[in-house]
Amino acid sequence: MSENVLKVEHVTMQFGGVVAVDNLNLEVNKGEIVSLIGPNGAGKTTAFNVITGVYPPTNGAVYFQGRKIVENHPQGKMRRQYLGENEGKYDHVIAPTPDRITKLGIARTFQNIRLFKSQTVFENILIAEHMRRTSNLFTATLHLNGTEERNMREEADRLLHILELDDVRNEMATSLPYGKQRRLEIARALATKPSLLLLDEPAAGMNPQETDELTAFIGRIRDDFHLTIFMIEHHMDLVMEISDRIYVLDFGKLISQGTPDVVQSDPRVISAYLGVQEDE
Amino acid sequence: MKKQTEAIISVALIAALLAVLFILERTIPSTSMLFTVLKKGAIYALVAVSMNLLNGFTGLFSLGQAGFMLVGAYTYGVLTIPVDQRPNVYMYYDGGMIQFALHPIAAIIIAGIIAGIFAYLIGLPVLRLKSDYLAIATLGFAEIIRAVFQWDKLGPLTNGSNLLRNYPSYKSVLFYFIAAGVCIALIVMLINSTYGRAFKAIRDDEVAAEAMGINLAHHKRIAFVVSSFFAGISGALLAMYQTSIQASMFKSAMTYEILLIVVIGGIGSITGSCISSFLFIILSEWLLRFLDSELVIGGFKVPLLRSGFRKVVFSIIIMIIVLFFRQGIMGTKEFSVRRIFNRITGRSRKSSEGRNGR
Amino acid sequence: MDWLSKNLPYLMAGISVGGQYALIAIGYTMVYGILRLINFAHGDIFMVAGLVMVYASTVMPVYLAIPLVLVVTVVIGFLVERVAYKPLRTAPRMSVMISAIGVSYLLQNMALYVTGGLAQQYPALPWISDTITVFGVTTKRVTVITPPLVILLVAALVMLIQKTKIGMAMRAASKDFETSQLMGIKINSVISMTFIIGSFLAAVGSLLFFSNYTGVTPTVGAMPGLKAFVAAVFGGIGSIPGAVIGAFIIGISENIIKGLGWTTFSDAFTFALLIVVLIFKPTGLFGEAANDKV
Repeated sequence: MSENVLKVEHVTMQFGGVVAVDNLNLEVNKGEIVSLIGPNGAGKTTAFNVITGVYPPTNGAVYFQGRKIVENHPQGKMRRQYLGENEGKYDHVIAPTPDRITKLGIARTFQNIRLFKSQTVFENILIAEHMRRTSNLFTATLHLNGTEERNMREEADRLLHILELDDVRNEMATSLPYGKQRRLEIARALATKPSLLLLDEPAAGMNPQETDELTAFIGRIRDDFHLTIFMIEHHMDLVMEISDRIYVLDFGKLISQGTPDVVQSDPRVISAYLGVQEDE
Repeated sequence: MKKQTEAIISVALIAALLAVLFILERTIPSTSMLFTVLKKGAIYALVAVSMNLLNGFTGLFSLGQAGFMLVGAYTYGVLTIPVDQRPNVYMYYDGGMIQFALHPIAAIIIAGIIAGIFAYLIGLPVLRLKSDYLAIATLGFAEIIRAVFQWDKLGPLTNGSNLLRNYPSYKSVLFYFIAAGVCIALIVMLINSTYGRAFKAIRDDEVAAEAMGINLAHHKRIAFVVSSFFAGISGALLAMYQTSIQASMFKSAMTYEILLIVVIGGIGSITGSCISSFLFIILSEWLLRFLDSELVIGGFKVPLLRSGFRKVVFSIIIMIIVLFFRQGIMGTKEFSVRRIFNRITGRSRKSSEGRNGR
Repeated sequence: MDWLSKNLPYLMAGISVGGQYALIAIGYTMVYGILRLINFAHGDIFMVAGLVMVYASTVMPVYLAIPLVLVVTVVIGFLVERVAYKPLRTAPRMSVMISAIGVSYLLQNMALYVTGGLAQQYPALPWISDTITVFGVTTKRVTVITPPLVILLVAALVMLIQKTKIGMAMRAASKDFETSQLMGIKINSVISMTFIIGSFLAAVGSLLFFSNYTGVTPTVGAMPGLKAFVAAVFGGIGSIPGAVIGAFIIGISENIIKGLGWTTFSDAFTFALLIVVLIFKPTGLFGEAANDKV
């Protein structure tokens, strides 16, 4: 149970003079659903971007399945400005690009849905198969990879079927209703066959009924795909219902952590977050 | 309609086209404007499609096409001038440093490869840039290439700023059609492959594409090198068609013209680029020619008509398209046998594409 | 000392050309600052200003022709924006850039039509075109008056931007286009004003540039235009002092390269500089960094 899939160690992210994430430490264990909550601008998405390699952190490291995947800033330009307690602890460089992190087994969705607009639902899913190709530019161009191509399509269709999206298979991705677009984004992330799924506000903009469906859906995919899920969410009902553990971030700092009950009764959380919760 | 039937019809149409060209060549004098237009149209179709691969399918706004065409044209010229002609061509450089000549087909392929190598090297720094900065940097590199090729010190290789000429060339319009056709077919196959899907993903959303495991740098480089490879080949074909070349031909205005062809055809449509290339060449070289000559009807001299007016009318047409018909002729759609078939039989587009699945 | 006397003509020519590039570069940098558009047609507007002078000077005295050139150029700049860019305000950036390339193509072809493709002799302007001798170097007076004139115009422009209401609106629009629109700034008049200022300075630049340069051809604007754009990028696009300093550096370097006998590469140098700047310091000398939000 306590085998950790994701470990974030002393991660600090500065943009110029703004400290978006300040000395963040957290762990996500295998099979858990862990939520990261906090008021707007608390640095939640920035933390996701550090984990997935979009931003190299100013300081700190990220481990995935015991393996260090992200560490510090490649140019060290920001590092010199960082004067926190763990300054100098991380100075050698690993800064993989997001595509390599995806290949390792971390998939994510985005806060503001980022589907491939000009493409159908099926094509959106199919793109994930590209990174597992065995063909090269020449064999693919000359269409000598018929078997592989067929397998790719079958795999994508299989996923569409499991996630009950096959009725909209040939619709344009952006013509779907909002809730389905969110679901398609999750499906697309699943198509990369991750072991850790990062969801960035999956319920944003959904009505209560859609949120309920999504809650069930997230629980279901965790079991069906043997996933570990780490998510950012504002819908407290959703968070409290399905999270095993919760981390609370405020102004870039971790202010509380623990099971939903512990977090809910933590006075710091109530004052920082629940007290100013938006009316969603 | 079955896939097989569709393929048969397509092949039959291509064969018919080539047959028509073959017959035309036997019946119409070879000096006819028709052949000029067809040859140049085929060459421009290839370079427009190669640009569309970058701008339309990968979302990289590059303006380096003329530079890569120049590389291709020079490679072709330098490698194929017969040895006995070299003293004549390289008269200021003691016959030049290369003293062999390759077969034209081999030289065309090498022209593409050299252009591709240039693209690889240029791509290392510039492909990190975004949108308009990429455009201006590629435009800049094209200008640098042009300056380098005209450089006196490289004269033994490039003949400096003098003409390259007397190299062999195929006269038949069939050759240009087959060469350009094969290249365009290869580009279409690339676009329909898993790599093509990755390109389109990058075009739609770079961040999401990266999150789907697509290596941005690698794929952008592939698109850039492949596009330049074919631009190089079209440069070689252009050299062949023109029978003499000079670096000063390949100015940024040439890239602009190609870009406008792509825009008129529809950014993201291969058939659109082909159609608009021929349209562009036919209009500018042929049909609108009358605008350039003074015309007197019944003692009344038609105003405005004189040399250069054609290009003015032409640029106004282009502006109208750019401003009011932003989708171009085809938008992002493709012209295909299946589409026409469905149009005729009244079958809906969705059901047939659904079965096709791409 | 020997080196100096040998290279002084190049240095002076460099400073002068740099000043002329600066006047064009301001048009690029201001438009880019607000619309995020590389106005490819700007170099051609500069060329048109040259042509207008050529034709105007044949029918009227120079003291009437010069104001006419300024007015006509400003009107053309204004019209180009209204006709070719304004309808595409909500379109993707690529469409606007293509439209700019289209305008450039149109202006060049119109010039080709009007001139018949022949280089037009630029009239000698009284006083500015006179030959003078400075530090033992024979040159035209324009070489000497360009730098102070540029500094004067830039100072006036900076005053305009810092002190007037329209200047404030410009600064707001270049900081945040959408928000300034919400704040009630009449964005269209701000943009028009930007094009008017840019075209006016390009017209002044063309008066100075062509006095040193014998002929006006339809494509003569392309090179100075691109160089001025590079200057704007080099200085940090959106920054007016940056564009001016960038232009002087480019003008001087280019002429020193000519002085070294590498004339073929004087144009290539500019682009090499552009690429180096874009790769190592994309924000230029004085530009502000921008972060992409994911």
